[in-house]
Formats: sequence, structure tokens, C-alpha cells
Amino acid sequence: MTAATGFLDVAMIIAFVALAAGQILSMVRLTLGPTTGDRILALDTMVINALGLVVLLGIYQGVQIYFEVSLLIAMLGFVSTVALARFILRGDIIE
Amino acid sequence: MSGEIIGTYAVAICLLIGAGFVTVGVIGLLKFNDPMTRLHAPTKVGTIGIGMLLLASMIHSFTFGQTSLHELLIMSFLFVTAPISANFIAKVNIHRRACETPPEPPRDDTWSTLNSPENGRSTSGDDAEKAA
Repeated sequence: MTAATGFLDVAMIIAFVALAAGQILSMVRLTLGPTTGDRILALDTMVINALGLVVLLGIYQGVQIYFEVSLLIAMLGFVSTVALARFILRGDIIE
Repeated sequence: MSGEIIGTYAVAICLLIGAGFVTVGVIGLLKFNDPMTRLHAPTKVGTIGIGMLLLASMIHSFTFGQTSLHELLIMSFLFVTAPISANFIAKVNIHRRACETPPEPPRDDTWSTLNSPENGRSTSGDDAEKAA
């Protein structure tokens, strides 16, 4: 049992570090992205990484209350990506 | 007791797979050298990476304490919306001519993404004639 729990702790630390590094690297792409599509894509990736961080925090603390948070982040991330792309495409969000 | 150990190992392996796919996708987002190529990598973060993290969360709640299948809702929502947002970003790339412009369509004048009616009405002649 202790070996399994130790393995889970190590895996959780690795996942936290990977997601935090993913946030930093996609923020680099957001800063120096040459085109607008790259910036929208980097923002979308950052929202998805934030969703993963919230899910990981829920596993770490062993509670279920982060479900609503992650569902709201997923919905708002999709809507904001579509709104940004649509603003670039049409010059207007709701026609 | 044995089921708890197997569940713990399954959660850890799912977390490792998810972290690996997130890392690979974000490195691809940073290192590829073309906007359309860059669009390819982060879709793996959205589907397999986060899907594996949500699967780990489900197995964790199965193993310790109360069972919950809420995560299936987030997973299906992400799987449905990821291609839509990728399609929108690809249309933005075509619209801003950040990539190679696709060949002309066979019958129409131009792609609707590239059509800009305010710069001269010649690109959408039929509509302008009908309106006039």
C-alpha cells in the first residue's frame, strides 16, 4: 500500500509540474505568436490547462466540489474561443 | 485492499499519460513553425491529456470514497467542442492569410471565409445585382 501511495504522490507531482510548465510555455506562445490565430490557440490551450489543474487539485484534495468549477471553465473557454475567432472573421460577435 | 492498490496504480498511470500528452502538445505548440501546423498539437492536450486526467479523477473517486461519474460530462463536452474551436481557428488562419491560401473552388467566386464584401462588390456579383 505504501509503494502504491508513493507512486501516486510522485505521479501527481509530475502532473502538476507538467501542467504548470504547459501554462508557462503556452504563455510564451501567446506573447510572441506572430499571427492572431496563434494567440487565440494559445489562449484556448491555457484555458484547457487551467481546467486540468483544477481537476488535479480535486484529485489531490479528494473532494468533489471542483466539478462545477471545471465544467464552467470548459464552457467559458469554448465560448470565448468562438467569440474571439468570430470577431476576427466577421468584425462582430452577434450579428 | 487489493482493489485499492490496483486503483491507486491506475490513477497514477492515467496521471502520467495525461501529463505526457499535455507536455508533448504544448511543446508542439511552441516549437512548430507554421500556424496551421501549430494548430495540430494542442488538440491532443484537449482530448487525450485532459481526458486521461478526468479518467484518473473518476478512478480515484471509485477507489476512495464516493463514486462519481460527473467527469464524463466534462469529457464529452470537451470532445464535442474541440473540433469546433479548431475549425474556427483554422478559418481565422485562412482569413488572415497566415497560411497557404487554398485553391479556388470550382464553381463559386471565392471561399466565403476570404470573401470581404465591403472591398468592391465584384467578388459577390450576383448578390449585389439582386440587391440593386
